[in-house]
Amino acid sequence: MSVNEKIVSDLVANDVQFVTTVPCKQLAGVIDAIDASSTIQHVPSNKEDEGMGLCAGAFMGGKRSAIIMQNTAIGVTINTLATLTQFYRLPLPMLISYRGELGEPVACQVEMAVHTKALLAQLNVPTYHFHKEDDVEEFDKILKYTFMCNKPVAILTDASFWKGY
Amino acid sequence: MIRSDILKDIAPVISDQLVICNIGLPSQELHMIDDQPSTFYMLGTMGLSSSIGLGLALAQDKKVIAIDGDGSVLTNFGTLPTIANNVADNFILLIVDNGSYGSTGDQPTYAGKKTSLTKVAIACGCENVVECSAEETKAELEKALAGNQMTIIVSKCESGNIPVPVITLDPVVIRHRFMETVSA
Repeated sequence: MSVNEKIVSDLVANDVQFVTTVPCKQLAGVIDAIDASSTIQHVPSNKEDEGMGLCAGAFMGGKRSAIIMQNTAIGVTINTLATLTQFYRLPLPMLISYRGELGEPVACQVEMAVHTKALLAQLNVPTYHFHKEDDVEEFDKILKYTFMCNKPVAILTDASFWKGY
Repeated sequence: MIRSDILKDIAPVISDQLVICNIGLPSQELHMIDDQPSTFYMLGTMGLSSSIGLGLALAQDKKVIAIDGDGSVLTNFGTLPTIANNVADNFILLIVDNGSYGSTGDQPTYAGKKTSLTKVAIACGCENVVECSAEETKAELEKALAGNQMTIIVSKCESGNIPVPVITLDPVVIRHRFMETVSA
């Protein structure tokens, strides 16, 4: 099973039925796999805070939701994470491409990469970092943990994990 | 008519509906006029009423009314293409367009100047967009609730506010009682 298939299969096994995405090159494969899933409703959003709003609504409507996004968007979602997702205690798995790590060809991506973990730590968002392919084995447990504790939880996935892009 | 007059007018129409209510004075006014467990009051996060409402409408079958403002729609402009391209026929977006940022001191918005949110919504691909006066809002909302088509209502009203207390309900209580109503 490919990494992309494993991620989607774990989402489905954990009853995640609503996924919003803002694309990143590293995430193209998993977004395709989301699209191919018959049980997941995929609603692309134009901005990640909008996506978190969609996820909040879907969750309150009875569908577990998740967001797939790039780490640069941590910068635009801090208010939403604090005043919506955390304030109302909504569970939200955030599968995040961790641009600006080893193997990154674009210098500007490093500028947000150096802030990514610090910002998530400042927000007290439980954060996991997938660096090797086998790390995906933890994804199922991370989803269960997210829906147990009703918090946004970040899964950072770097270029080594995705084997470049 | 100002926003609070519209909310007083429509309160009997929306009291048994699922409502997502915009941050600040709109939520405080609706809470004071007619508090209902079926209303999700936004205590923060300007701009996301329409997004939360759309997510809720896409996830379940009951009708959903998102009460938004012109300033909040301008803040989250990306919401209109998402709404247009993910049609939920149980979704009604009511934009109370008073041409100003009411909760922050009535500073003018661009929607009160050259920008027409009605035309923007149509340009984004929304198929059923109604612009009406404040006085017509209740009737348009009743029509939308009776129909089975996603509707965006842009209600043009006057700028102005009434004194209202802040909402002291805990967010988790708001969310819990709202979700119980959704699943009832």
